[in-house]
Amino acid sequence: MDLKFSDEENQFRAEVRGFLDKELPPAYARKVADGIYLTKEEQEDWHAILHRRGWLAYNWPVAFGGTGWGPVKTHIFDEELARADAPKVLAFNFKMLAPVLMKFGSRDQCDHWLPRMLEGKDWWCQGYSEPGAGSDLAALRTTAIRDGDDYIVNGQKTWTTLGQYANMIFCLVRTGFDCKPQSGISFLLIDMATPGVDLRPIRTLDGGHEINEVFFTDVRVPASNLVGVENEGWTYAKYLLTYERTGIAMVGASQKKLDRLKRLFAEKAPDMAPTESGLLAARIARVEIDLLNMSTTNLRVLKAAADGEAPGAESSMLKILGSEIHQELDSLMRRTVGSRARLDRSQQQAPPGVAHAAAVYFNNRKLSIYGGSNEIQKNIISKMILGL
Amino acid sequence: MEFKHSEERQMLIDMLARYLQNDYPLQARNIAAESDAGFSDAQWRSFCDLGIAGAFFDEDQGGFGGSAFDIVAVFEQLGRALVVEPLLDCGLLPGQLFAAAGETGHLADVIGGVRRFAVALPEGDKTACHATRTDLGWTLTGTCAQVSFATATDAVLVTARTGAEAADMTLFLVPVDAPGLSLVRFGTFDGGSVADLGFEGVQLGDDHRIGPAHGAAPLVANARAWGTVAICAEALGIMETIKAMTLDYLRTRSQFGTTIGRFQALQHRMAQVLLEIEQARSAVINAAAAMDQPEEQRDRMISAAKYTVGRIGTLVTEESIQLHGGIGMTWEYELGHFAKRLMMIDHSFGDMDHHLARFMALRAS
Repeated sequence: MDLKFSDEENQFRAEVRGFLDKELPPAYARKVADGIYLTKEEQEDWHAILHRRGWLAYNWPVAFGGTGWGPVKTHIFDEELARADAPKVLAFNFKMLAPVLMKFGSRDQCDHWLPRMLEGKDWWCQGYSEPGAGSDLAALRTTAIRDGDDYIVNGQKTWTTLGQYANMIFCLVRTGFDCKPQSGISFLLIDMATPGVDLRPIRTLDGGHEINEVFFTDVRVPASNLVGVENEGWTYAKYLLTYERTGIAMVGASQKKLDRLKRLFAEKAPDMAPTESGLLAARIARVEIDLLNMSTTNLRVLKAAADGEAPGAESSMLKILGSEIHQELDSLMRRTVGSRARLDRSQQQAPPGVAHAAAVYFNNRKLSIYGGSNEIQKNIISKMILGL
Repeated sequence: MEFKHSEERQMLIDMLARYLQNDYPLQARNIAAESDAGFSDAQWRSFCDLGIAGAFFDEDQGGFGGSAFDIVAVFEQLGRALVVEPLLDCGLLPGQLFAAAGETGHLADVIGGVRRFAVALPEGDKTACHATRTDLGWTLTGTCAQVSFATATDAVLVTARTGAEAADMTLFLVPVDAPGLSLVRFGTFDGGSVADLGFEGVQLGDDHRIGPAHGAAPLVANARAWGTVAICAEALGIMETIKAMTLDYLRTRSQFGTTIGRFQALQHRMAQVLLEIEQARSAVINAAAAMDQPEEQRDRMISAAKYTVGRIGTLVTEESIQLHGGIGMTWEYELGHFAKRLMMIDHSFGDMDHHLARFMALRAS
């Protein structure tokens, strides 16, 4: 039993911190602190900065141009990114599509698409959810019908995050019909510039434009863009869900938010009635303890992953805990800001991470909905543990 | 970073788990817990023969363990089997006090189970027992409330106020048959017993003083820290047993023509319980890892753990009874006995509100 990082790991942390001190543009950090997305150009610039250091595809094996770090170093890197308010790398490219290609894609697909991600040539978005297929993802109805060397795709995807910046979309499509819904799904890569692809923005309740709908009308996709085997796409999509064990708990981001919250509270508490500040302080202390506990739960899971132990229900647990703790922090931040949280985004002059508290609070309600809602995560835990 | 136990500690855990599995039936435990002593003397002897208390102390102190993780590993196992024998109250606590006071003879008696000692820690920072200097030694007057298992011991380690300030406290070893000492015994809700102690001019020689005069406060704080970590680990063990029982019930109990574990309303409650118990385990690990940290950091993590165990213990207690339904309400079924102990642990060493407030008062480093 030993919770300490090794000397080598601590040295690595210092190296990452030094790099971020020097290379992270302050304007990007400010946006991240305030929960504002970078523009496409800014995000691509950030990718280029990381790529020059060899840390863009930091979760990839060396063979594909990654770092080969294990789960522990990856976790340290994530923590340091969060601590510095550094933008994350585009998850759709590096954490979602790339691992699927490496595991199930052809040699040609890997050779073609992975270097393009490193060089900043493609921005991928995800085409999973549909209007009739949210939590029940296997009910998806976007079809891909084989026609010679092509598939013809028809249907609609939704909640497509940052689709407005993307030139490529990886989709789950229906290729099998007279079978169990899960058995007729394929994993297909589609160029957004193909005729018949139409993207429309969805405005979210915080006023932002982050998500979109994508319509497919007789879209012709080369069959060489099929990943793996036809009708095996469900397996590939599930692979990601169980093996994405690091980062899902948002430990670094929550720690950063807690630090900010405590600083703001310390400034405001002297002006509050003692009973009121006492109540708020207790709420903050409760979530601080929850976070202390979860940080260690996360390390336990990381260590198990580093030791090569098979995953169980841990990612589902961490997803639930991580999202609920982060949402509670957003809620407490909003309440600590107080009546000024009512002001519109544009009117707010506030220190980093404090402006837009209401918008961030509402935007982050998504955390317990996306990536498999927390209720779906509980279904997964129950299935694994109860075996019913 | 390593979250596995060393090979040696794992052997200790396995040995203890095997003993408890084979030789610690709950029915016998419940009968003993309701008895006058509040536990079984024969079982106490067995634990002494197994050398369990030796795991609480290092080799220099006459034991074979002594790290925080040795202690939490043992108490988790004791919790799993709902052990009522006072390995905490009459083992770890007096042992820590004797060790810190350099009383090697008494410590050896604790580890070997030669004599049994109870401990009367001050309630909060204050004690209602006063000791004044006499020509021959000391005179004790006042009271100590709810001293665990005092009537079943040879002597009680009493914290008495000996100076002008509340923190001026001194430890005394008071034989239970000392003239002027009265003990009023109470059974406790979770099994076991406590006694209220009254001191009416109890005369003690100075050789009954344990540790420096007026110097008990740091010894008491240290013992309380160890006791709190240990009881958190005990609570964790109890939660693990309750979890196993409840999962088993959900898998086997049939209603509406199917096992009730198929109902999502119950599944989601159980999933929440499962992930919270993992949080409690992390809290215990954090507290154990902080035992060698500076006092303020150590106490902050202990309070985080005790608060966590209180909060999650309440959830586990209430949800497990609800998920069992009527059978969970009976004396005969095993669950209730575990649930009662788990809930009463929140009433020991400060409850969750006490520790949340203490966590808030102690500054993070």
